Amino acid sequence: MEAIEKIKEIAAQAVPAAKIEIINSTPAAQQPALLVDREHIYAVGKFFKEDPRFQMDFCSCVTAVDYLPKADKSGCIEVVYHLYSVAQKQGPIVLKVRAPRELDQCRVPSLTPLWRACEFQEREAYDLYGVKFDGHPDLRRILMWDEFVDHPMRKDYVPPPDYEWEPTPHDDTLQRAVEEGGIMPPTAREELEKAKKK
Amino acid sequence: MIQPLTDAKPYTLTPGSNGVIETQTLEVSIGPQHPSTHGVFRMDCVLDGESVVALKPVMGYLHRNHEQLAERMAWLGSMPYTDRLDYFNSMTNNWAYALAVEKLAGIKVPDRAEYIRVIMAELTRLLNHSCVIGFMLQDLGAWGTPLLYAFRERERILDLYEAVSGSRMMCNYMRFGGVRVNLTDENLATAKDIATRFPRFLDEFEKLLTNNEVLLARTQRVGVLPKELAINAGISGPMARASGVDYDLRKVDKYGVYGRLEFRVPLGDIGDVYDRYYIRVLEMRESIKILQQALRDIPQGPHIAPEVKLRNFKIPPGDGYGRIEGPKGELGFYLVSDEGGKQPYRYHVRPPSFINLTILEDMCVGHKVADVVVILGSVDIVLGEVDR
Repeated sequence: MEAIEKIKEIAAQAVPAAKIEIINSTPAAQQPALLVDREHIYAVGKFFKEDPRFQMDFCSCVTAVDYLPKADKSGCIEVVYHLYSVAQKQGPIVLKVRAPRELDQCRVPSLTPLWRACEFQEREAYDLYGVKFDGHPDLRRILMWDEFVDHPMRKDYVPPPDYEWEPTPHDDTLQRAVEEGGIMPPTAREELEKAKKK
Repeated sequence: MIQPLTDAKPYTLTPGSNGVIETQTLEVSIGPQHPSTHGVFRMDCVLDGESVVALKPVMGYLHRNHEQLAERMAWLGSMPYTDRLDYFNSMTNNWAYALAVEKLAGIKVPDRAEYIRVIMAELTRLLNHSCVIGFMLQDLGAWGTPLLYAFRERERILDLYEAVSGSRMMCNYMRFGGVRVNLTDENLATAKDIATRFPRFLDEFEKLLTNNEVLLARTQRVGVLPKELAINAGISGPMARASGVDYDLRKVDKYGVYGRLEFRVPLGDIGDVYDRYYIRVLEMRESIKILQQALRDIPQGPHIAPEVKLRNFKIPPGDGYGRIEGPKGELGFYLVSDEGGKQPYRYHVRPPSFINLTILEDMCVGHKVADVVVILGSVDIVLGEVDR
């Protein structure tokens, strides 16, 4: 594999409109990534997959990272793709793409048409981070249940107090029973017992 | 043709306008409590008679947001939690996490520790593969026998784990820069004994199974996975190699000391359930070879890098991805550290059995519903890892 600067240069030549930046990892890990803009991530991914110099046919790991806004920079959701080549036994090329944190604007193009491996992993990123992948064939929740409203891996997620509440067919009956005094909320029962003791 | 069930259609045996008998497809939900799903996993199948027309995996019943739990504690704090991912192979899970952290922090592991890790990982591979074959045959209707034979051997390996780490399944054995406890000569002797006796068990196992007529009839040409699809869908481990994908991270990445050990990577050519069974048998034989070499070559020395301070352990800001060849496939950890660096800012597990399920539908469509159970058994999933 060439150095990351060279890879960036080759990719920039292939997709001239794309804005590509290099992001460094820790000094020890030595896995620098390419940050690509949202409009051209698909084209860049397709180039790396099909170019005979890279042949990145194996998309190993797809995930999202939530960066909260800080004093000096705005927040974002970053989707990370780790590409490897089975044919040439090389890699990784790490592609990153950023989207705003607001739920309605948090969209990136899906790479599932290129690599089937992204199918479940992008569904997971959608489920846990709320990233909408345009062009994904079957974007549904995968780990949380369908009725779940929020995206629990976001850094600012607060679980609701009635977390485990779910509607049952007996809600009306329960409500009536409470009103008629048969079933009481625990607090009411405590008060009643206190009054009895007095 | 898939017809929605809401469309009430009388079941009739009189030929329709085109001369074909019109029948309804049936939607059947297998799981989440079905024994062959190996946990709480559900498959929504659409059946035409007995054959499968569509199948959607449904998961998440065991979801506990493992990743967020890990993001709320120190780096070492989630080491015991990785045991619970794939509870069959806690040793390899530990190793994958330790490897990713060592990569980020630039820790060099002493030689003896690397050899201990290889020994533990290969023992794990032996117990995983033998049990998976046992479970798969249990699904096929071979009640008990192969599984209990496998469990008998597993017991000996678990005894060694207990002697070494104090726990049979939740080992929590690896540390950043090495392993928690050094192996004694007694432990090494036990491991050697296992390595010498395991081939005998494998011979016995194969005598029962490899040319067994029922096994051949039920598994050959069932659930075929083409090579191109396997690569494209990110399939890894024995599943990919059964389809002929020559990709073993022990050979490709040469992590640990695998570069110094001699072994071959068995490959299948059809990619059906039988290939997946036989690849595992062959991999076990290679694992024994690796074990014998590692037990022969293991040097004396420290079992953990002395300069690593596990208390107040910090990692400079940045991200990294570390992966190993687990028994089920490529197990990777993507970790991000930010300012402070006392705990992971982002902790992501790349679970092999979750991603290997991507192509479950492609493998099952066209087969009988009874084959779905076998195909799922050959994928080798553990729900602790799928749902996390």
